[in-house]
Amino acid sequence: MEESLIEIHNLTKIYKMGENEVRALDGINLNIKKGEFVSIIGQSGSGKTTLMNIIGCLDIKTSGDYFINGIDTSKLTDNQLAELRSREIGFIFQNFNLLQKMTSLENVELPMIYLGMSAKERRKRAEMLLEMVGLKERMNHRPNELSGGQQQRVAIARALANNPHLILADEPTGNLDSKSGSDVLNVIKELNKNGNTIILITHDSNIAEQAKRIIRIKDGRILEDEVIEL
Amino acid sequence: MSYVQAFKIAIRGILSNKMRSFLTTLGIVIGVVAVIVLVSLGQGSTQRVTSQIQGMGSNLIMVTITGRGNESYLNYDQAMNLNDPNYIAAISPIISTSVIAKYDNNTVTGTSVNGVNGDYQSIRDIQVARGRFITPLDDEFRNKVAVIGSNISKDLFGYTNPVGKSIKLNGQNFIVVGVLESKGSSITGSDDDSIFIPIKTMFYFANNKNIRQIYIEALNPDTVELAKNSINIKLMKIFKGDSTAFRIIDQSQILSTISSVTRTLSLLLGGIAGISLLVGGIGIMNIMLVSVTERTREIGIRKALGAKKKDILLQFIIESLTLSSLGGLLGIIFGYAMSVIIGSAMDINAQPSTATMLLSFSFSLGVGLFFGVYPANKAANLNPIEALRYE
Repeated sequence: MEESLIEIHNLTKIYKMGENEVRALDGINLNIKKGEFVSIIGQSGSGKTTLMNIIGCLDIKTSGDYFINGIDTSKLTDNQLAELRSREIGFIFQNFNLLQKMTSLENVELPMIYLGMSAKERRKRAEMLLEMVGLKERMNHRPNELSGGQQQRVAIARALANNPHLILADEPTGNLDSKSGSDVLNVIKELNKNGNTIILITHDSNIAEQAKRIIRIKDGRILEDEVIEL
Repeated sequence: MSYVQAFKIAIRGILSNKMRSFLTTLGIVIGVVAVIVLVSLGQGSTQRVTSQIQGMGSNLIMVTITGRGNESYLNYDQAMNLNDPNYIAAISPIISTSVIAKYDNNTVTGTSVNGVNGDYQSIRDIQVARGRFITPLDDEFRNKVAVIGSNISKDLFGYTNPVGKSIKLNGQNFIVVGVLESKGSSITGSDDDSIFIPIKTMFYFANNKNIRQIYIEALNPDTVELAKNSINIKLMKIFKGDSTAFRIIDQSQILSTISSVTRTLSLLLGGIAGISLLVGGIGIMNIMLVSVTERTREIGIRKALGAKKKDILLQFIIESLTLSSLGGLLGIIFGYAMSVIIGSAMDINAQPSTATMLLSFSFSLGVGLFFGVYPANKAANLNPIEALRYE
């Protein structure tokens, strides 16, 4: 439990917009251990999305260090980053980002395809994951035949497909009504109880408070890092 | 990711937009059909022309006298003097005229009558169906005998045997001694509509002893050039060094002239067809680009879930290759059928060769690959963050 999963030192990200430089992240230091449930809260423009993209290996930092599970991301090629994403990180997006032309089952299988798992294994695991989020009967339905809450639960099953160390959830309840939102949050909490490390990005302090540790971010800097005692 | 998996994903992509995929494939189908049909028809007609020329007789040399001043012909002895037993197997001058042929109440007008000697049969490889051809004795005795083509026989005698019967050529009686086998039409004119009589009979029948054309058969293919040389020397002497007074051409010259024309024509047809295949390829590229844009978000999701550049590249290249190879296969099927149908309508053997089909198929694959790489590369290089944000 005490092993570090995410180590970030003095991380900056600078976007060039014409003549101007925008410092989206300005000297972030962060250490997240395995098994933690962290929420990153900030208003839009605070840099929280940029931080999430960098933690998710979708974007590349301008300077500083970022280690995930002991791996220095600055030395990796595009392909190695893609492989890292498929092994170490599961994404949950605000707008679900399921492929509309595929069934729930196929959507959950997708990350396993890119890791080269056999068809039989994939199917078995996808069924198991869908059962876990309570959607086994819906595995042959397409996203447009599911409610928002159900779609997000499929997305959670997909995020778990390759058994990643880190689950990155970006406003997972943003597009949901409060009932399905709290359902989804409960599933995420359940995951954390089972040992998954979770980073939840949100602008909503009610949701952020569900986590065990809250990091407030503003203007690209960490404003506050508080651990909630239960 | 395995290729089988990439192929499955690509097939899904194609099937998810059936109408569009069909129209894109159609472009390739039309291109491949055009290539196969045009090339096959070109090859078929080349083959037919070639076999017609070869059917004129083997080792054939034709001498045509165009003349120099008043000397615009040879006499019989001069013509026969061109013979050189070292190189030449057979020689026959020919004089032609046009007559009205009659038997009973049946008349054929404008028929060509050719005065030839007995050698002519072997030179032109003439097959006699009934009776015999003209013999040296007929020639020597100036017999009024005639060998008639199959069409003339049909027109004058119907289905009765004409051998031994007497026909009238411009009012003069000739005994039919033979009927030629039907040969079908050819670019050199058909013997089916001709009548042959001994050349010496021709001299007084047409009142014309001026020989302007001589058919010669060389001993074998190796002596064709030697025979031409020997003939050339003799004719140069007769026409006092004026090489424009006569022409000596052999079969291989005709063949190479004709085949160079047909080859150019085939190439031209193939080229035009190739352009339509190219246009089909541009259609693929166009649709693939649209597809990449439409599926930007899908690509972003796939990348976030761990798809490598290579995986995305493969997915789109396989998609365009599948479209083009499907088009190629359908094109071969339709092209084959169309070639055979058009070929039989044109009475030529236009069955596409395996090489033609393989070539046009691999060309369609090549087109698919070439025009698929750019859109696929565009997809593979999309930035995942921007792609995920794309609406």
